[in-house]
Amino acid sequence: MSGVLVIAEHRHGALRACTREALGAALAHGSDVTTVVLSDQPERIAAELDGVAPNLTLVEHPALADYNPEAYLPVLADLVGSLAPELVLLPHTSQGMDLGPALAGRLGLPLITDCTAISANDDGLVVRRQAYAGKIVETLVLRRADTTILTLQVGAFAEAAPGLQSVTVERTVAELSPRHDRRLLEYVRAAAGDVDIGAADILVAVGRGIGKQDNIALAQRLADTIGATLACSRPVTDAGWLPKSRQVGTSGKTVRPKLYIALGISGAFQHLAGMKGADTIIAVNKDPAAPIFKVAHYGVVADVLEVLPALAQALAR
Amino acid sequence: MQIVVLAKSVPEISEAELEINAEGTGIETEDLVLGINEWDNFAVEEAVRLREAHGGTVTVMTLGDKEAEDVLRRALAMGADEAIHLCDDAFEGSDPATVARLFARVLRDRKVDLILTGVQSSDANNAQTGVLLAQELGWGYATLVTKIERAGETLTVHRELESDTEERVELPLPAVVTVQSGINEPRYVSVMGIRKVRGKTIEQLGLGDLGVGEEQVGAASSAITRRSLSLPDTSGAAELLEGTLADISHRLATLVREAGGLS
Repeated sequence: MSGVLVIAEHRHGALRACTREALGAALAHGSDVTTVVLSDQPERIAAELDGVAPNLTLVEHPALADYNPEAYLPVLADLVGSLAPELVLLPHTSQGMDLGPALAGRLGLPLITDCTAISANDDGLVVRRQAYAGKIVETLVLRRADTTILTLQVGAFAEAAPGLQSVTVERTVAELSPRHDRRLLEYVRAAAGDVDIGAADILVAVGRGIGKQDNIALAQRLADTIGATLACSRPVTDAGWLPKSRQVGTSGKTVRPKLYIALGISGAFQHLAGMKGADTIIAVNKDPAAPIFKVAHYGVVADVLEVLPALAQALAR
Repeated sequence: MQIVVLAKSVPEISEAELEINAEGTGIETEDLVLGINEWDNFAVEEAVRLREAHGGTVTVMTLGDKEAEDVLRRALAMGADEAIHLCDDAFEGSDPATVARLFARVLRDRKVDLILTGVQSSDANNAQTGVLLAQELGWGYATLVTKIERAGETLTVHRELESDTEERVELPLPAVVTVQSGINEPRYVSVMGIRKVRGKTIEQLGLGDLGVGEEQVGAASSAITRRSLSLPDTSGAAELLEGTLADISHRLATLVREAGGLS
């Protein structure tokens, strides 16, 4: 049990940047790092890992063009079995959330999800992760295991720096033995909305703290007054109060406005990942420990419904 | 279609300021309201809708202490037909792998076509149990599902990916599907509705009923040997605006003007 195996992630024929973060985490942990690329054209994906991945295992099969756990699982189960790495790392994405637990379950290995830091001490492996929607940090010491699987929070680890010399490449052609007939039929892009929140200079974004659908009008009025576009976090779309096209976050849109005003948004990491690049962030939330205050430049600990009318008055002056 | 929904009782935390207990191993829950995990609520609603469209039964199942029974009553009030409660002091501290193994013990000998549960729970945020259960049963699965359609013995589901993209996936039954929030609009549950199902029997299962030993469950069976909780580091965080509401609003208005708003 030594070394780290990184499972590369790609979509539409291109490497996803979160793979480089997983490599960064792997190389920070140890130098014996292997990256496995499962694809119909693994060379093409691997070319994007030039100089950052020391050892590559390329697994080729037409059925690996797109992610499907039924194709991935038998290949990865064999590879983890033969390499017996200390760690298997994969991003905590829609793919990693689907694949990680299945691989752990199939091999009977421990899995810790959504990790934000990895270290080791005399007792064993120490990982940090978030719980309670980012309001609590858990530090976990793990029992020594043959192999431990970790999914990594996107944005938590620095990307591997390029410049590595020795690259070893192993090529195999996969023999697939899917157990179930799960099949990808097509990718579906969400319909474009009435406005493009990605193009706005100022966004007023509402979250669960806005309370009810009727209160959205208060935020819309603020947006109208200051020439902003209305956006929202996931709970607001889930409740059907605003269309999905207004949602900021990993599953929706990533935005970089000049000013982002977050109203009643606590700041799950999926939301933060979509807006932390804004030039100025103002957050209003009742909970002083809300994660949104970590990325905000200015914060107001108060009820949004009290701040909105007072701000309207101040702006009218 | 015989559907099983897994639901978890969790503290409501979205507006709450959390406190860590003296041992540093958990949060103080005394002042928090317990309720059904938000994602599981969507799963219960989806199960009831599928039964309304295709017939069959919905069985809701939870693992948790006595108080977790409220989650089952709530699901029954939403339209679930039966409820199973895995309740034993020995279960406390079980990790997702153990929970999945216990659920599999219950379901292995029953006729089940579809298992639904939330993508994750709002307390632990593990996002593991559903997929691990699929592995225990040897079934197919799909996660992060935002739409379910059924034609015969096959489901067609939408999985939520990143950046406004979904994938449409075909999935034969039996299967486990983890439901993403927003898949439907869960029906309202009234106090009266819950009172109406008060008489329904809930199947209670403990360690002995499941044929597992005490050493196979609970914190001792977990890969985690030590857990310590802390509040997030807030250094480098926002400058908090203080003063009266009028002061704060005035300051906010200035910030908005500086950033080009109102210009």
